[in-house]
Amino acid sequence: MKVVKEAISGTLESSDLLVKVEPSGKGTRDIVIRSEVMKQFGKQIRRVVIDTLDKLSVSDGLIVIEDKGALDCVIRARVQAAVLRGCGSQELDWGRLS
Amino acid sequence: MTNSLEQLSKQDPKLGQFEPFAGQNAHTPYLAAPDSRLHRKVCESLEEAIKRSGLKDGMTISFHHGYREGDKVVMKVVDALAKLGFKNLTLASSSLASCHDPLVEHIKSGVITQIYTSGLRGKLAEAISNGLMQKPVQIHSHGGRVHLLQTGELKIDVAFLGVACCDEFGNANASNGKSNCGSLGYAKVDADFARQVVLMTEDIVAFPNHPASISQDRVDWIVKVDEVGDSKKISVGAARVTNNPRELMIARRAADVIEFSGYFVDGFSIQTGSGASSTAATRFLEDRMKRKGITASFALGGITGGITDLHKKGLIKAIVDVQSFDHDAAESLRTSPAHIEISANEYANPTSKAAYVDRVDVVILSALEIDLDFNVNVITGSDGVMRGASGGHCDVAAAANLTMVVAPLCRSRIPTVVRRVTTLLTPGESVDVLVTDQGIAVNPKRPEIEKRLREARLPVITIEELYDKAVALTGEPDPIKFAERIVGVVRYRDGSVIDVVRQVAD
Amino acid sequence: MKLRRSMLFVPGDNAAMLSTSFVYKPDSIMFDLEDAVAAREKDSARLMVYQALQHPAYRDIETVVRINGVDSEFWQKDLEAAIRGGVDIVRLPKTETAHDIQELETHVERIEKACGRPIGETKLMAAIESASGVVNAVSIATASPRMVAIAMAGFDYLVDMHTRRSTGWEPELFYARAAVLHAARAAKIDAFDVVYGNVNDDEGFLREVNIAKQLGFNGKSLIHPKQIDLLHKAYAPTEEEVSHAKRVLEAAEEAHRKGLGVVSLDGKMVDPPVIHEAEMALQLAEAA
Repeated sequence: MKVVKEAISGTLESSDLLVKVEPSGKGTRDIVIRSEVMKQFGKQIRRVVIDTLDKLSVSDGLIVIEDKGALDCVIRARVQAAVLRGCGSQELDWGRLS
Repeated sequence: MTNSLEQLSKQDPKLGQFEPFAGQNAHTPYLAAPDSRLHRKVCESLEEAIKRSGLKDGMTISFHHGYREGDKVVMKVVDALAKLGFKNLTLASSSLASCHDPLVEHIKSGVITQIYTSGLRGKLAEAISNGLMQKPVQIHSHGGRVHLLQTGELKIDVAFLGVACCDEFGNANASNGKSNCGSLGYAKVDADFARQVVLMTEDIVAFPNHPASISQDRVDWIVKVDEVGDSKKISVGAARVTNNPRELMIARRAADVIEFSGYFVDGFSIQTGSGASSTAATRFLEDRMKRKGITASFALGGITGGITDLHKKGLIKAIVDVQSFDHDAAESLRTSPAHIEISANEYANPTSKAAYVDRVDVVILSALEIDLDFNVNVITGSDGVMRGASGGHCDVAAAANLTMVVAPLCRSRIPTVVRRVTTLLTPGESVDVLVTDQGIAVNPKRPEIEKRLREARLPVITIEELYDKAVALTGEPDPIKFAERIVGVVRYRDGSVIDVVRQVAD
Repeated sequence: MKLRRSMLFVPGDNAAMLSTSFVYKPDSIMFDLEDAVAAREKDSARLMVYQALQHPAYRDIETVVRINGVDSEFWQKDLEAAIRGGVDIVRLPKTETAHDIQELETHVERIEKACGRPIGETKLMAAIESASGVVNAVSIATASPRMVAIAMAGFDYLVDMHTRRSTGWEPELFYARAAVLHAARAAKIDAFDVVYGNVNDDEGFLREVNIAKQLGFNGKSLIHPKQIDLLHKAYAPTEEEVSHAKRVLEAAEEAHRKGLGVVSLDGKMVDPPVIHEAEMALQLAEAA
């Protein structure tokens, strides 16, 4: 999937995260993560984000995450929502989402 | 007279050291004139009191934390000391809150170079965790602080004690003024041990002021100030009353555990800590007490409106108060004859001649972390930064017959049950039951309690199973990296070192 | 027999609630994609619920998803998320006719086939929120073999009826409750009573619970976790009822052992429905 416009999903409430995606403009994929639990779970959060983006075949874009202690399933959902909004796509290929 | 003394000396050389009488006020000239006899203690300003106290660089100053987040005394005094050019002072406050963040500047400028406290919060705690101070902060329990004073490790030169009202001789309380914080349990200790005691009062009232939580015979100087504390804020921070369904659920479960623990009998005694679920548990005990015709002989603490409410209903006979957590508690202290104010020494000092904690049947405490051996951490967050207080935790945990810790299994993505606590404060041998929203774990060394709870069909599982549940939700946290340097020393109630806090690595 | 006393509503867009609601152990959890979620967040909420449904913490609790109504643009996408996520029951709001259920069923089956779920595994429940829904309750309740429950939704219904909630025995809901209940019993499915919106009023909540219980409702839709325990305790049989139930079951067992065709207790005959009721009572007591 291709991120063609800026999009946001999620909130800054506790246990949630705010995900911003936008086209990188240089053909790279950059992931910036800020988290309340960076020391304890920073690596794991990055793994989940990368996995989610890979499954959606997002190889190009700037993804910025502000995490407030969200569980993996919430991270996946918010990243998926932001990507789908950023692709302007209405059709979901469900096979790519788990 | 000289002849008699000479003769005395010949009879017994020791007796020859006595002085002859030299006039009724020879040794107490300040008692000669009415003005100095009656009014000598009242100072025009804080600066004058500081001067008269004889405070010098390198000495130790102390404060009490009865006004909790509303405290105004510490900053007022330290700001004044900074202006007067003092340096290298040791600050010994019974605890510190986030309203004391501005101390960071005074530490940077060298006014304060050592801290003794039961707790640290906010930016001050963060700064110290990141290596602000040369000397590590000494973290003690409430009972342990008195022990340090008794052994002489902690020597208070000048205590600056905020009170709501006092007379010009220094009879003071925090119940009858404008900003009442109720019990002066911690201040009483400083008044006993400090070389010089300065009362900071909002109101100087007619003599004699009563009740005298601090008596005139402990007081050197008195300063009238606009504000000692914002009494609206004593109920902020740790001791709030909750409506959160998870905290309520844990509180109800805690009440279940008490009911079936074997300790729920007529005349039992109880203490609830300052966490939300602890204070909420009293709500749920009420029905059970009524149903089973059980009244408590006393409640100890850390007193909240929940406790005073049960007292008013006749379900708790006496309240023993070292600190009033909210308005209701402060008001009850003022008005109820069975609501007793005690000092921290009477409360929890293990080497006191008698401590109330040793008479407690059931105590409900909170925790930041608890590990597979039931060791408890209430000082450092799971990111390694200090953000809590030792308080009376290890004191009452060691002493009570049934020590319960209540906590949600996970706080957002932070598991409460861990393999090994980041900082050890209360040893597992003191802790009997852990109550979470996802199950109850009983320390294996209390099999009789586990049996009773299982028979009552409470959701009892092992602490390892609780740990597994937590990890299944949050994932296994990476260990925190620390630098070598020690920034905090955790003192157990007997003065021994039970753990250290190291500087967080970047 | 699956107990359905408490159905806890959880807004599908609320991360904190999705992450923790399982701790309250209601009989069923309902993830809401309809009224609790703003239109521009429907897509995100859908994904949140899809992920939450697959979380191990929800494995042991019956899950329900309230999709948007068949008059909306969202409902079919909601179905994809719910069914593929593994939901137990799909709840259709504003059900007016049996046709609504049949249309729903067609799509449910299509998606089950597409994602490889056993056909018929996903169950359905209807929420009645209007006068039409009430008068069509029987045909709605029997519209599909997948139907397992029917719920009365008070707020919209009362607006439709040009009246409002009162206290006491709530006459404004009497007919609707009775109609929905009868439809449920005739179709042999479960019936849920209305949401009680004032979470600070425990007394009012319990008063309404007792009305529902006396009428025969299986349970109630709940919007706050603290209502769960209150409800379960109210539904628990008294000690007398429990000991009576035990005696009935003992008598039944004894009759069975002796090879007798008729069960009797205290000189009176005990019919199969009474035995069934005794079993229910013990199950409720156990679960309280």
